[in-house]
Amino acid sequence: MVAVRETEKWENPTRTKGVKSMSEELIAALSTPPGEGGISIIRASGNGVIERVDQIFSPAKGIKLANKDGFSLTLGWITDKDGSKIDQVVIGIMRAPHSYTGEDVVEINSHGGSLPVRRCLQRCLDLGLRLAEPGEFTKRAFLNGRLDLSQAEAVIDIIRAKTDRGLQLAMHQLEGKSRHIEEIEDNLVQINAMVEASLDFPDEVGDLDYDAAQSLLTETIDKLNNLLVAGSRNEVYRDGVVVVICGKPNVGKSSLLNALLRKEKAIVTDIPGTTRDVVEDYINIRGIPVKIMDTAGIRFTEDRVEKIGVEKSREVIERADLLIFMLDIAEGISQDDIDIYNLVDPGRVIVLVNKDDLESKKISPLQLEEMFAGVKVIRASVINEVGLEELEKAVEEMVLNGAVPGDGLDIMVNIRQKDALERTYEQVRNARQTLKAVPLDCLAIDIWGALETLGEISGKSLKEEVIDRIFHDFCVGK
Amino acid sequence: MIYEAGRYEIIVIGAGHAGCEAALASARMGCRTLLVTMSVEYIALMPCNPSIGGPAKAQLVREIDALGGEMGVNIDKSSIQMRMINTGKGPAVQALRAQADKHEYGREMIKTILGQPKLDLLMAEVEDIETEDSMVKAVVTRTGARYECQAIVLTTGTYLKGRIIAGEVIYDGGPGNQFPAVRLSDSLKSMGIKLGRFKTGTPPRIDRKTVDFTRMEEQPGDEYPWRFSFISPPPQREQLSCWLTHSTPETHRIVMENIDRAPMFTGVIQGRGPRYCPSFEDKVVRFSHKPSHQLFIEPEGRDTDEMYVQGLNTSLPEDVQIRVLRSIPGLENVHMIRTGYAIEYDYVIPSQARLTLENKVVAGLFTAGQINGTSGYEEAAAQGLIAGINAALKIQAREPFILKRSEAYIGVLIDDLVTKHADEPYRMLTSRAEYRLLLRQDNADLRLTEMGREIGLVDDYRWAVFREKKARLEKGIRHLQTTSFTPADRDMSRYLASRSSAPLRDRTSLWELLRRPEIRIDDLIDSGWMGSADDEVISQIQIQCKYEGYINKQREQVRRFEKLENRQIPKDIDYEQVYSLSNEALQKLKEIRPISIGQASRISGVTPADINILLISMEKRRI
Repeated sequence: MVAVRETEKWENPTRTKGVKSMSEELIAALSTPPGEGGISIIRASGNGVIERVDQIFSPAKGIKLANKDGFSLTLGWITDKDGSKIDQVVIGIMRAPHSYTGEDVVEINSHGGSLPVRRCLQRCLDLGLRLAEPGEFTKRAFLNGRLDLSQAEAVIDIIRAKTDRGLQLAMHQLEGKSRHIEEIEDNLVQINAMVEASLDFPDEVGDLDYDAAQSLLTETIDKLNNLLVAGSRNEVYRDGVVVVICGKPNVGKSSLLNALLRKEKAIVTDIPGTTRDVVEDYINIRGIPVKIMDTAGIRFTEDRVEKIGVEKSREVIERADLLIFMLDIAEGISQDDIDIYNLVDPGRVIVLVNKDDLESKKISPLQLEEMFAGVKVIRASVINEVGLEELEKAVEEMVLNGAVPGDGLDIMVNIRQKDALERTYEQVRNARQTLKAVPLDCLAIDIWGALETLGEISGKSLKEEVIDRIFHDFCVGK
Repeated sequence: MIYEAGRYEIIVIGAGHAGCEAALASARMGCRTLLVTMSVEYIALMPCNPSIGGPAKAQLVREIDALGGEMGVNIDKSSIQMRMINTGKGPAVQALRAQADKHEYGREMIKTILGQPKLDLLMAEVEDIETEDSMVKAVVTRTGARYECQAIVLTTGTYLKGRIIAGEVIYDGGPGNQFPAVRLSDSLKSMGIKLGRFKTGTPPRIDRKTVDFTRMEEQPGDEYPWRFSFISPPPQREQLSCWLTHSTPETHRIVMENIDRAPMFTGVIQGRGPRYCPSFEDKVVRFSHKPSHQLFIEPEGRDTDEMYVQGLNTSLPEDVQIRVLRSIPGLENVHMIRTGYAIEYDYVIPSQARLTLENKVVAGLFTAGQINGTSGYEEAAAQGLIAGINAALKIQAREPFILKRSEAYIGVLIDDLVTKHADEPYRMLTSRAEYRLLLRQDNADLRLTEMGREIGLVDDYRWAVFREKKARLEKGIRHLQTTSFTPADRDMSRYLASRSSAPLRDRTSLWELLRRPEIRIDDLIDSGWMGSADDEVISQIQIQCKYEGYINKQREQVRRFEKLENRQIPKDIDYEQVYSLSNEALQKLKEIRPISIGQASRISGVTPADINILLISMEKRRI
């Protein structure tokens, strides 16, 4: 029953969409990573999409796609409006419902090279296909009953995973059947059965064993908490973090960005649509996808930070999960440095003292200690790649909040599950707080509520299990 | 020789707890009704324990009463003891339990039935149900009388192919050693109705004169004059006590020594028995670490010395039963009047019924009570009432009456029965009701009387009593919510101090004050801050106030629940056309034909993934 609630989320949009059903709307997208690969695949889905693609396809042997079997491959050319050939392609077709999405699917295998691929995709759009939203193929697979919810969610996470570590975790999507959930569920069923037995069979069972209930509740709370902590830690691997490098001009911000980029493989470069005021790039720091931003574009005047510069910095700094504040050891700490540092939250900052290789040092260790008490300070020489290891380690530690992986809970908890776990946690905690203060039937509301909420993850209806447990554990009946 | 004996709108077959409610409801709703029983003496018989009520069952009785049924009124007339159970465990699970005078209970019911206009009573055994185009047409009795009708309510309890077992002794029989109904079973099968087989049991009865009560603990009734019905006069008669004793290691030794003669363990009994009502031998074997089990010795009536041994349900051989009894403190010299036995019987697999309790195969055929695989007088009566109501509504071409799980225990009961596959006789438990804090015995009238009135079962007297109570309740609540005190009020400050309650910080209403655990409504009345009222109103106000937080939590849960309940599945849906349902789900959905997504989601074997698929298919239909 519980998991059904989930479906209400998609119910509404489809309902309001009007006359055209989902599968009648044709979609297409490039389904291989952009760039210069050996081959690129454009995938299109929707009922009737095979016939539609025929309009821009000139088959080598003259047999139209519409006349071919599902799971067949056809060689030919994608043609332009004037009939000229754009690119030689191999097209695979799958017919509903025997495809990933459960709809008719066309896969155009085109030669690499971004220009021909883009032109092929453009031709699809000319046919009236619409560009698929991220994850839309998977969404359709789910809505057409080809995937269950947790499979669909895992696929989405895999799509969104930006590093190997994130991918590895996504494959360990928390499942309803997982041991972690089962243990919690088992605890709750046991407490629930204890309470219910006492309520339904007062003559035989008597009062609740409050001490046993208390310790079971505490154990459950701890387990839920561990899952939540692991979940939010692992979220970082999926969603990544934003790190902003700040500091006055010539302190070495661009060098640092370049050094990090050199060291780590950049995932995506040159994201369109961002302003050139802020240079940003994606890098991978110890498995954590990091969007790193350099405030190089923010201009400062000679002695005071310009008002507009402050505003812009503030905006970028506010969006940051972590800041790297850079100082130049040869320059000393100026008023500019202090002005910039005042913009940042000391709880989210790493101070990188650059150019440590220079002879003239105008910042003393004592000065650093006084000014940045309790803040991580790293002495580095970016151009010599000294201190980068330490910096990455510090980034990892701060982002993970000290909770470095190693508790065996290498699982991904998606938003829906996290929400359910949090609500379960709330209810169990409330039950423990009110254990002796409220009558048993009220206590049961929280305990049952917790079980029901957990059922949203496990997909189970647990009422019968509670009743089975009563009869198993207690000698009831007259 | 078959002769035409007459015509009725509704015929009720069986006059147990389900049959009586069904017949009274249909007659009271204006339908010409015939109630057929195999034995007039055994109307509303209690073949097992002499009690009504207890957790979950009391809620059912109060709901039956609020809708205008008879059980509550009848037990109030014939009880010998009343106790409120679970008083320390909260308002949702408090439950009234009555010990009944079995004979008086039956006599009172017969009086009511004979006095009911439009209702005829007939002693006969129905052998055949005639149908035409899969609709009921007539019943034929063993003596050849044929009665035409538009609807039938079948409430035959455990009589269908009943088989009684005590040790090595096995014979065909109905409850209380009456004749079983043999041919009706076959008639049902020939109509295409699927039957199953269950087992239940009853303990031995003993002679009061041979019991030594000095070795037992007395269990008197409560002093407070409780009543089940919202309209009964307060009971005034003297109460009889029950007695508590325990089995001993010697008792368990006797059972274990003779376990090879226990039909439960030799395989003679095949029907599935209820887990909540295990036989004594079962308890001894399964919970061998328990040195002793509780046994209650309960009077069966005022004018009889027969007593019931609650907890000693058994089908051990007669000689073993006597030795078991005599090993129990206080029963050393006991004389056994009736031997305990197990009974196996046919039941109609209830998933064949709709939520109205009408059969899906045979139109106009309603089933209710133990024949649907339930156990308990209260469960039977509740179904009887609903079947009777719906049979009458159907004939009168009115909308069917279906209670939701969020409205009544009766709703939970019937939804469970027709939706879930039960492999043991079904008993109502409070833990089966998700929203039990809303479904209390104390507010059954507030929940259901208006519905009963609309159906036509709530007479003017009950209606007037209800309206008056509701008005007083609303007035009381309004008063508490609109009367407030400032920290400057001296009397209030003094009172709060006397209860070690925190002083007021700002203007506070009496309602908010009453929410504090240490503040009692009686104090507010004694201090003159609110007018006095009768106990029922006072306790109702107190419950609604003190548990408001939790009640609101449940209301929120109900709101979410009803979203799915309100998503109706089209009646003409072809599940074969719903792509990629699991095989099990497909079979179950075709069989049960749930009316809503909510009901579908409760079918065992229908997974959330199946529900998704179903919703998607419904969505596509709409587009």
